[in-house]
Amino acid sequence: MHVNLVEETACNLLKQAAVHLPEDVKKALIRAYNSEESEVGKSQLEAILKNIELAEENQAPICQDTGTITFYIKAGSDFKMLRHVEEALVTAVRRATRHVPLRPNAINPINGRNSGDNTGRFSPQTIWEVVAGDFLELTVMLKGGGSENASALSTLLPSDGIKELKKFVVETVVRAGAQPCPPVILGIAFGGNVDLTMKLAKKALLRPLGKANPDPEVARLEAELMDAVNSTGIGPMGLGGRITTLGVHVDYAYRHPATFPAAVAFSCWALRRASARINNDGSVEYLTHRDDELYGHVSSENTFIR
Amino acid sequence: MAMYHLKTPLSDSEIRLLKVNDVLYISGLVVTARDQAHKRLLEHVKTGKPPPMDMSGLAIYHCGPVVKRENEKWLVVAAGPTTSTRMEPFTADLIRGLGVKLIIGKGGMGVKTTEAMSQYGAVYASFTGGAAVLAASLIKSVKGVEWLDLGVPEALWVFEVERFGPLIVAIDSHGRNLYMEVANKVEAERSQIYRKLGL
Repeated sequence: MHVNLVEETACNLLKQAAVHLPEDVKKALIRAYNSEESEVGKSQLEAILKNIELAEENQAPICQDTGTITFYIKAGSDFKMLRHVEEALVTAVRRATRHVPLRPNAINPINGRNSGDNTGRFSPQTIWEVVAGDFLELTVMLKGGGSENASALSTLLPSDGIKELKKFVVETVVRAGAQPCPPVILGIAFGGNVDLTMKLAKKALLRPLGKANPDPEVARLEAELMDAVNSTGIGPMGLGGRITTLGVHVDYAYRHPATFPAAVAFSCWALRRASARINNDGSVEYLTHRDDELYGHVSSENTFIR
Repeated sequence: MAMYHLKTPLSDSEIRLLKVNDVLYISGLVVTARDQAHKRLLEHVKTGKPPPMDMSGLAIYHCGPVVKRENEKWLVVAAGPTTSTRMEPFTADLIRGLGVKLIIGKGGMGVKTTEAMSQYGAVYASFTGGAAVLAASLIKSVKGVEWLDLGVPEALWVFEVERFGPLIVAIDSHGRNLYMEVANKVEAERSQIYRKLGL
């Protein structure tokens, strides 16, 4: 296996994510279009569906805000190239920024300078999880600024935890209104500590839409919160309507007796993610964007346009 | 929910026709401006220095596009709207000072802009957030670019557009603001939602 394989695969994932929405998100948007009752809301969903088609046709990014880049990495402990992964991902981001193209969105917060290639301190962000195995599973998420600004973290009163949580979610969604480009996808987490909670909330956005939490109690909470959010009337693009969210994904962690942190992470309707698994034998399986012809996969190095 | 096809420059009487929830398609010239360009445009208005182009009757589009240059020509790859609330402190003065008639963005604007729109005859219309390729496909040509020193997303891009839309009139020149109306309705629903959640 050549070390470039990680870079090539990451490049492909960045392009797939920026240009093609995953099937579960597309299907959820079509369902939303069919069930939206507000005329204005429906017009927004129609424009969204048209835009998704045009992006694929023109091989152009769905949204001009191609977001900040996070790689979720499931690292098999026996994967051969582990030590090269971080560097390969940075190079992949540089190349994809030029060739997709992605908008340069990495800015030094001290002096306001844009690095120009989406790289910089902690950019791209990499979140590692080590698992047993001889593969590397990469998931890239591109997340725009509008939805990020709506995200919220709070430490709730433990005595009334779940009730407080429900209220916090509704309040956060109402305050966000049109800003995060609804219909949104909500990642919600509680318990744990403040950093873990937000991490779990963000990670919940990776779960395929329509797949409930396997824990029936949590699944019930998801359904309840989804119904509540879709009763607000905020609607597509905040112009009024029934469909404010496409999915609510909840996760949790055990907490300290004195604390009850809760986090809400928003994704705009354009939930852009793509995953692949690289095996030690050099084979690559694309997990979210499977059709080779449609997505232009390359299975060997040097074939991605340089 | 009436539908209108209008061309720039927009007249006062055309603007006064438009009501909240109407659908608008616009042809003609649209000038992009976001945070930095707004700051600079406001300096021009305040000092009486003319801006790089006459903007009276035209549209300002809250957008930082992805463009590429091919054979000496600019091509627009993706050009969806950015969040308009950040432009709230500037917009009333720009409507008054530059004679801009249409503001295109997403997410809505506040009381100051709504009042200026009533007073000077202008409307705010929402383009679907994230629909960047759809927007780019309706931009027929790049007529010019000013203030590139601010960077590509922040520059003033002059786009010639054809049937650019659907735009939803969300703030009209008669004092109505759809976002505030939606917010009021949401507020009215809130107690019902809390009850259902057992709060």
